[in-house]
Amino acid sequence: MPDHIVTAFTDELEHLSANLLRMGGLAESMIMDASRAVATFDLELARDVIKRDRAIDELEVEAEKAIVRLIALRHPMATDLRAVLGAMKLAGDIERIGDLCKNIGKRCLELTGDENRAAVKGIERMSRAVSHQLQLALDCYLRQDIEAAKTVLDMDDDIDDHYTSLFRETLTYMMEDPRQIGSNTHLIFMAKNLERIGDHATNIAKAVYYMVTGETTTGAKIESRLAEDDHGEQR
Amino acid sequence: MDGNVEDFAETTTTIDRTQSGSAPIKVDCRHIDVFYDDKQAIHDISLEIEDRSVTAFIGPSGCGKSTFLRCINRMNDTIEAAKVTGEIFMDGANINDPSIDPVLLRSRVGMVFQKPNPFPKSIYDNIGYGPRIHGLASGKAEMDEIVEKSLRKAGLWEEVKDRLQAPGTSLSGGQQQRLCIARAIAVSPEVILMDEPCSALDPIATAKIEELIDELRERYCIVMVTHSMQQAARVSQKTAFFHLGKLIEYGDTEKIFTNPEHGRTQDYITGRFG
Repeated sequence: MPDHIVTAFTDELEHLSANLLRMGGLAESMIMDASRAVATFDLELARDVIKRDRAIDELEVEAEKAIVRLIALRHPMATDLRAVLGAMKLAGDIERIGDLCKNIGKRCLELTGDENRAAVKGIERMSRAVSHQLQLALDCYLRQDIEAAKTVLDMDDDIDDHYTSLFRETLTYMMEDPRQIGSNTHLIFMAKNLERIGDHATNIAKAVYYMVTGETTTGAKIESRLAEDDHGEQR
Repeated sequence: MDGNVEDFAETTTTIDRTQSGSAPIKVDCRHIDVFYDDKQAIHDISLEIEDRSVTAFIGPSGCGKSTFLRCINRMNDTIEAAKVTGEIFMDGANINDPSIDPVLLRSRVGMVFQKPNPFPKSIYDNIGYGPRIHGLASGKAEMDEIVEKSLRKAGLWEEVKDRLQAPGTSLSGGQQQRLCIARAIAVSPEVILMDEPCSALDPIATAKIEELIDELRERYCIVMVTHSMQQAARVSQKTAFFHLGKLIEYGDTEKIFTNPEHGRTQDYITGRFG
C-alpha cells in the first residue's frame, strides 16, 4: 500500500504499531519471567516482574493518547480506521496481560518454596505455551497475517486443556496434604491468570483479523473463511 | 440491487432507513459516456440511484463526478462541445429522449450549485420565480403559500419571514445557500442535485445544510457531489467513487468508508492517492 500524501500520518500510524509491539514484547518477557520466578522460587525476579507492569501501563497511556490524536486530527478511514481501532483493542489486551503477570508475581511472593514440583512444572509448561501463543499473536499483528491468526485461535484449546489438568492435579495435592491448600490455591490462580492471558492473545488475533478483512468475527468464522480461500475462492 | 425492489415499491411507501438496498430506484443510468469534443470525460458509467436517500459522488478533481451529475438534469446540453450517450431513466422514462423537454425535466430535477447564486431579486421573488414560470400558482395567496412552505422546508423561514422583500443577496452565505435550496424545492422537484453545496460555507452553515439535506431525503432523491469525504460519510446512504471518468466503486456509504472493495477507493479515502 502506498504511503499517505501527508507523511506525518503514516509516521504516526507506524509509531503507534511500534509502540504496541514494544508493549507486547514486554508482556511476553513478563510471562516467562513470572513463571521462572515461580519455578525457581526467585522472589527477586518476582518483585522485578511486579515493577515492570508499570512500564506497560505507561506505554498503554501513550498509545491511547496517540489513538485519540489520530482520530481527532487525521480522521482515519477504511484500513487506517481499522488499524487505529484494532490498536486500541490491542493496547487494552496487552495492558491486561501485564496486570495478570504482575498478579502471578505477587502470588509468587506468597509461596513457601516447598510446593509440589509437578504442579510448579505444570505452571512453567503452561506459561511457555501461553507466551508462545502471545508471540504468535504479535507476529500476526506485525505481518497482518490472518492465517497465523487462526493458529493462535487453535492454540487456545490446548491452553484450556493445560489449565484443566493443572487444576485437577493441584486439587489432588491439596486433598493429600491440607497444609498445602494455601500455596496450591495460589498456583491455581496463577494457572487461571495464564489461561486469561491466552484469551487476550486470542483477542489480539481476532483484532488482527478485523484489521485485515474488515469483518468482526468468531474463531469458527475465521476457520470457514480460510477453508473457503483454500478452495481457491479468493476475495 | 436485488431483484425485489419493484415489489417493495408497490407494497409500501415508507422507507426503512436502517436497511440498505431497500429503496426503489429513482434514476437508472445506463452506459453513460460523455465527450467534450474528442476528450472522453465519462467512460461507460452505469449507476442506479435510490429514491428518498442521499447519494454522494466523491473523487479527485477532474474525475467526472460533476459532469456525471449534470447528465441527470441534462445540464450538459447547454455546453456546446459536450456530447452525452447512453440512457438515463427516471421512473422508467428515458430523459434523453427527444420528446422530453429539458426545461420541464429541470423542474423535476432541481439543482444547487457550489456558490450560492440567488437571483438579484427579493427573497420572495427568488422563491416565486420558478413556480411562476411553470404556472404552479394561480394567485397571490397560493404563491405566498409556496414561498412560505419552501422556506420552511429549507429551514430559512424563521430567519427571513419579516424581510421577504429584502434582496436575496443581503443574506449570509449559508442563508443564501438555503435560499437556493428553497428555490429548488419551490417547483416541487423529485430529484435534487447538489454540486458541492457547502464548499463555500463555514462549518456552522455547513452543518445546517447537512441537517437540511438529512430532512429533505424523506421526500426527495438527493444526489450530491462533495470534496469532503467527511461530509459524504455524514450525510449519504450510498457513495460512488469516481476516478479518471470511471465509476470505481459504488455501495453503502458505511461499507465504502470502513471496508471498501477496491484498492483505488481505499487509497483515495485514506489519503494515499498519488
